[in-house]
Amino acid sequence: MQKIGVFVCHCGTNIAATVDVKKVVELVRYEPGVVYADDYMYMCSEAGQEKIIEAIKEYGLTGLVICSCSPRMHEKTFRACAEKAGLNPYMVEVANIREQCSWIHKDKEEATKKAVILARAAIAKVNLNTPLKEGESPVTKRALVIGGGIAGIQTALDIADAGYEVDIVEKEPSIGGRMSQFDKTFPTLDCASCILTPKMVEVNQHPNITLYTYSEVEKVSGYVGNFEVDIRKKARSVDADKCTGCGECSAKCPLGKIGNIPSEFDRGLRNRPAIYMPFAQAVPAVPVIDRENCTYFKTGKCGVCAKICPSKAVDYEQQDEIVTVKYGAIVVATGFDIINLDKFGEYAYNESPDVITSIELERLMNAAGPTGGHLERMSDHKQPKDIVFIQCVGSRCDSEEKGKPYCSKVCCMYTAKHAMLIKDHWPDTNITVFYIDVRTPGKNFDEFYRRAVEQYHVNYIKGQVGKVMPQPDGSLLVQAADLLDGKQIRMKADMVVLAAAIEPNPDVRKIATMLTASIDNNNFLTEAHAKLRPVESPTAGIFLSGMAQGPKDIPETVSQAGAAAVKVIGLLAKDHLKTNPCTAQCDTLLCNGCSTCANVCPYGAITYDDVQVMDHGLRETRRVAQVNLALCQGCGACTSACPSGAMDLQGFSNRQITTEVDAICR
Amino acid sequence: MKYSYYPGCTLKNKAQDLDRFARASAAALGFELVEIPEWQCCGGVYPLGTDEIATKLSSVRALNYAKEQQQDLVTLCSACHHVLKRVNDDMKNVGDIRTRANNYCGFEEPYQGETRVLHFLEVLKDVIGFDELAKKVVNPLEGRKIGAYYGCLTLRPGKILDFDDPENPKIMEDFIRALGAEPVIYSMRNECCGGYVSLKDPEFTKTRTKMIFDDSTGFGADCLITACPLCMYNLNKSEASSKVPVYYFTELLAEALGVKEEA
Repeated sequence: MQKIGVFVCHCGTNIAATVDVKKVVELVRYEPGVVYADDYMYMCSEAGQEKIIEAIKEYGLTGLVICSCSPRMHEKTFRACAEKAGLNPYMVEVANIREQCSWIHKDKEEATKKAVILARAAIAKVNLNTPLKEGESPVTKRALVIGGGIAGIQTALDIADAGYEVDIVEKEPSIGGRMSQFDKTFPTLDCASCILTPKMVEVNQHPNITLYTYSEVEKVSGYVGNFEVDIRKKARSVDADKCTGCGECSAKCPLGKIGNIPSEFDRGLRNRPAIYMPFAQAVPAVPVIDRENCTYFKTGKCGVCAKICPSKAVDYEQQDEIVTVKYGAIVVATGFDIINLDKFGEYAYNESPDVITSIELERLMNAAGPTGGHLERMSDHKQPKDIVFIQCVGSRCDSEEKGKPYCSKVCCMYTAKHAMLIKDHWPDTNITVFYIDVRTPGKNFDEFYRRAVEQYHVNYIKGQVGKVMPQPDGSLLVQAADLLDGKQIRMKADMVVLAAAIEPNPDVRKIATMLTASIDNNNFLTEAHAKLRPVESPTAGIFLSGMAQGPKDIPETVSQAGAAAVKVIGLLAKDHLKTNPCTAQCDTLLCNGCSTCANVCPYGAITYDDVQVMDHGLRETRRVAQVNLALCQGCGACTSACPSGAMDLQGFSNRQITTEVDAICR
Repeated sequence: MKYSYYPGCTLKNKAQDLDRFARASAAALGFELVEIPEWQCCGGVYPLGTDEIATKLSSVRALNYAKEQQQDLVTLCSACHHVLKRVNDDMKNVGDIRTRANNYCGFEEPYQGETRVLHFLEVLKDVIGFDELAKKVVNPLEGRKIGAYYGCLTLRPGKILDFDDPENPKIMEDFIRALGAEPVIYSMRNECCGGYVSLKDPEFTKTRTKMIFDDSTGFGADCLITACPLCMYNLNKSEASSKVPVYYFTELLAEALGVKEEA
């Protein structure tokens, strides 16, 4: 028989305001096994923990029930506390009377009743608890970063600088991501390339960083500390060891002039050849052949690039290659894109070349962009005099089919930036910004926006644009509402710029599935805890960096990238990880080898073996399940699926759970 | 192929052209519009009040009649199309209206939105097919630059009417192409003509229709087509209509099919 101590926490008023804590103590005091029961204001505090330790020693407690918040919050705390007093940490059970009771109920009497029931269930379970021992698993001291934008670059650099090896997998031919497409960055207006390209070079030259560009993660197996990842290195058709990056091939590719292949990097504002580097400062400076468009791959004729290449680096025979690498930790930094604007027909984005997105404007303003940094209309190459910016195109949108419910966070600031940069270059341009709200929290951010309004006289109008109408004379007519004036406005514009909502890179779904990392309704990766563990996925060993987790600007992305790196370093610094002892076990006498458990196991932890068993005096050979304890994460899927009751989970045995149910139904 | 046909009031007086050219064209295309007996006015405007059903009942009766005939219900007028589809949506999806309307009407079997409502243009597009229509054209309208004027009621609310993309519709442009003419795409084609405001504030409607004519002619339209008697009324009040005629789309259809004279 266990000697159980029950400790009921007030959590200030979080629990005590809705649950009569004293009454709970009185009612559980005479439950089977309970030898001690008490309450305290904050059980997790040092004084609270002292109270627990003293009781363990004084009453010789063999099991603890803590009635407090969710075990996700403080199970670890109380287990450590028990261990300090010499008790096996797995003899502790937490009854969640906060999140699952006091916070969601209003009636004190009912809530108190429920708290007692939850406590009884936990007491019943502890009666059947047995001490468990954690195992150990080694840590592979190498990290994988998926995505080579500023988030991935910064995370990789920070991990590498701490002395650990890091691989970056980037699906595009170059690292750099979205930031490399930008012109200038708010709020200081320094040029994006000037601050990004040195980091790209550093990544390329860092002895601890290996780059896999034009590559994709194909398969992930294993678990925290011991991931095994297949990386597909897509065939570049150019031998990176021989290539000098001279660019002759791209310059001579006949499709460069006649191919009509839109440049992804320039958002389709100009065309690129079939053999290309996305941009001049690409890292690595090795081109790729776009096999879908290349004449040689389509017809077998041409071959100009191979002939012209001075170092004979072009290799049409190159094949995709799969490399398998082991990692201790994985960081997801897959970034973002803007939403497709097909559903926003009212803004005439598909009808008029002079309606552009903000990211296209970045390319048009960029000295290395398609117009050499000269702002011009794509229809007639004239410089626009009147420019209208439309904010929240698909952000804060109440129609789920059209847009996104969230604020994209960066648009207010980059629009103020665009307006000022244009006014700096061409002061007589008239700029109007239509907005719902201007949101500029952040260091030196509101000052930046005020400058656009007060010093640059950018015309900010609160109101949404209903329609952009291409006119017979080639201009655009913008129809909008001025909400502060209560008036309808019709205004001519030469160019309209849309602040399209951002969304996570569409590939993130596939990657999250491979990693069993959870994502939310908007496909952003979910944090382990929104406030306290913001850079970790709930899946152990998976970390989050940058826009993949939610909308954020460059300063925030870099901070988060560093935070993710610290978490990775903290993991890689350990030689061994403690493994969860709550793993599944197979009772070979009951198992009939049906494979149901193996089919539901998400970790591939179940294999089959033929064993000799004695069944009622008869020796026979049976095919039975075996659990690989290093792989088992204790999810319990097999135990509930097993038709013969052979699978059982340590710490959550079938008997313990039915006993809990009995206690609740008593 | 037979369809239950709901002409609506205006097609019996002001907008007789919309009706007779449609019937003649339907015959030429091999389908029949069977006017439902004892139909009543749809009300012309979808009633937004949620607490009364009286103004919805004429639509419910027409819809139920088509259901009993096991036919789709075809209509031509933008307003009727709008009201019938929205009431049908109510009968399908709004339990309170469905119950009360059925209680009042006392049909043998409750009506639950089973009837499919089709605009005449939808029959051309989805049943006949614009490619097939093009093959049946005997007088192609070559060289004519036609601006489709949708107005607002034909398209909106987009989800319920499920007629075309309300911001960038193309069904009438495809129709114009099938007749052998060139469609003129202009921004004002799905904007409101002023509608019933013309009764209270004719100047407002004039401003609206002028914008429609300026925009369409600016892009080179030599005539406009519409499916809406009210748009027709308002557009014809504009001076510009003397130079840029406005037709019901069925008139040009009958002309292209060579049945205009007999209609």
